[in-house]
Amino acid sequence: MLYAAVATGSFRRYATYRVATAAGVFTNTVFGFIVAYSYIALWDQRPHLGGYDLPQAMTFAWTGQALLAATSLMSGGGIAELQDRIRTGDIAIDLHRPADLQLWWLAADLGRAVLQLIGRGVVPLSVGALFFELALPDHPLTWLLFLTSALLAVVVSFGLRYLVALASFWLMDGAGLAMIAGLAGTFFSGMVLPLPVFPDALAHTAQLLPWASLLQVPADILLGARTGADALRGLLLQAGWAVALLALGRLVQSYATRKVVVNGG
Amino acid sequence: MVDALIEVAGVEKVFSVRRKAGRLRRVREEVRAVSGLDFTVARGEMVGYIGPNGAGKSTTIKMLTGILVPSAGRLRVAGIDPFARSGTGGAAGGRLRLARRIGVVFGQRTTLWWDLPLKDSYELVRRMYRVPDATYRANLERCVELLDLAPLLDVPVRQLSLGQRMRGDIAAALLHDPEVLYLDEPTIGLDVVSKAKVRSFLREVNAERGTTVLLTTHDLTDIEQLCHRVMVIDHGRLVYDGDLTGLLAAGEGERMLVVDLDRELPPIDGVPGARTVKVAGPRQWLAFPAEASAAPLVAAVAERYPLVDLSIREPDIEDVIARLYAGGTATPVAGA
Repeated sequence: MLYAAVATGSFRRYATYRVATAAGVFTNTVFGFIVAYSYIALWDQRPHLGGYDLPQAMTFAWTGQALLAATSLMSGGGIAELQDRIRTGDIAIDLHRPADLQLWWLAADLGRAVLQLIGRGVVPLSVGALFFELALPDHPLTWLLFLTSALLAVVVSFGLRYLVALASFWLMDGAGLAMIAGLAGTFFSGMVLPLPVFPDALAHTAQLLPWASLLQVPADILLGARTGADALRGLLLQAGWAVALLALGRLVQSYATRKVVVNGG
Repeated sequence: MVDALIEVAGVEKVFSVRRKAGRLRRVREEVRAVSGLDFTVARGEMVGYIGPNGAGKSTTIKMLTGILVPSAGRLRVAGIDPFARSGTGGAAGGRLRLARRIGVVFGQRTTLWWDLPLKDSYELVRRMYRVPDATYRANLERCVELLDLAPLLDVPVRQLSLGQRMRGDIAAALLHDPEVLYLDEPTIGLDVVSKAKVRSFLREVNAERGTTVLLTTHDLTDIEQLCHRVMVIDHGRLVYDGDLTGLLAAGEGERMLVVDLDRELPPIDGVPGARTVKVAGPRQWLAFPAEASAAPLVAAVAERYPLVDLSIREPDIEDVIARLYAGGTATPVAGA
């Protein structure tokens, strides 16, 4: 199938960036230590902050680093390239292909995310488990639920980033919007601090926003804060956002491709 | 015209752009990129589409591939209206159906996967266009042979030179047997050898496969060597559509008779149909219309002047085109 080929091609393409991946692993690991020691200081003052005990807080910190690259929390990820193609007019190439633009980029982003989940996810989480006491699940089913949740996180993240990229059809330069989106992603995903740590009203609202699907939900499933029906509700929330964002992306895409100017000669 | 593959009738494209007018004010302005475009291209034709920068060439190509919606007019390629809303696939249905029947090469952009070996991009093309295995293998083999791609198939695209990449891109556009091939400046930035390779390949594809080719270029040698028919667009309007010889006449092309007399003489005059444009010692240059015969002219000069030697220079197509561009829309000429 075409989109499977796009996904594998994308996986292999990112696999060729070995130095970048190694540098990424190093960065995520170093930041893992920084965040972990900050959390230790915080949890020392306020034990059970946000309902997490220390091992759970450590797990949250390291899961954040493990998912950071795959879900492109702070940047456009593979979609930054789409934004650039729209800006320079290279999008003309993509549009004359007998393929759906959104599915093409979704497949490419999934290929990238799987590589980065393996490349930049496994090592930091293992290092974290080696140096700190983590609350990792014993049951393989919980791991399976976590992986499903992580995959849905990538799709939701794609849905958000695709909308940001499409905005470049109207904005002359989408960098500003991408920056705002990165900031929103960093805070509302729980990357700065787990969402339950914040005041109730903020925490409850943030839990329902799409960004919670990027880190808060999968991390809670992994560290055991969401179990049983609660875990399934989390997956359902993610799936709901994935469908809604992809549908909105399609709508914007069909409007964009009929209305817009393709840049460049 | 028999079996028109590309039909364009009254096509217009108007862009709305915002222009600075003062410190903060922006005014909306309409820019007419293309207007009143009418032409048809028959199956198997090879047409050169030329014009100065910003004349509307790329806009036309983008409309013909279905990625830019015309503001007015009608357009059909291979019997498909890319902008028809009916049929499967909804709004994009026409564009997607058309996409399977055309091949496009944008000289300044690439369709190939930058970080992966060339052959991976071809594999993707095979799946994208659902090319049957036998067809794919035959087409790839042919392209590899004629475009010298064999040593490049395992090389990541980012390591290819511009000429190699362009050959790779042209092959990618032909693997699915398109009926029409659009080439937007396929020889831009290439050296002489690469240009020659690309041209001979295109000639072969057109002759053997009957693939219809529409190419834009600034290199008039491309046109001279490949195209029987030329369309010239300027300021969004077709100012010429016909063969190359007609273009010379339309652009008031002149041939030059260079004569060497046996001594220095005043400028030759009184020769009907010619005027002396330059004198340098015993050598004189006489300009005469491109379509006129040189024989009576030579006879007239030989009869009255001590002629030692002579040569005839053909009109320079670059000059002709430059004159045509400068003339703008003043003399629209309908050709063959």
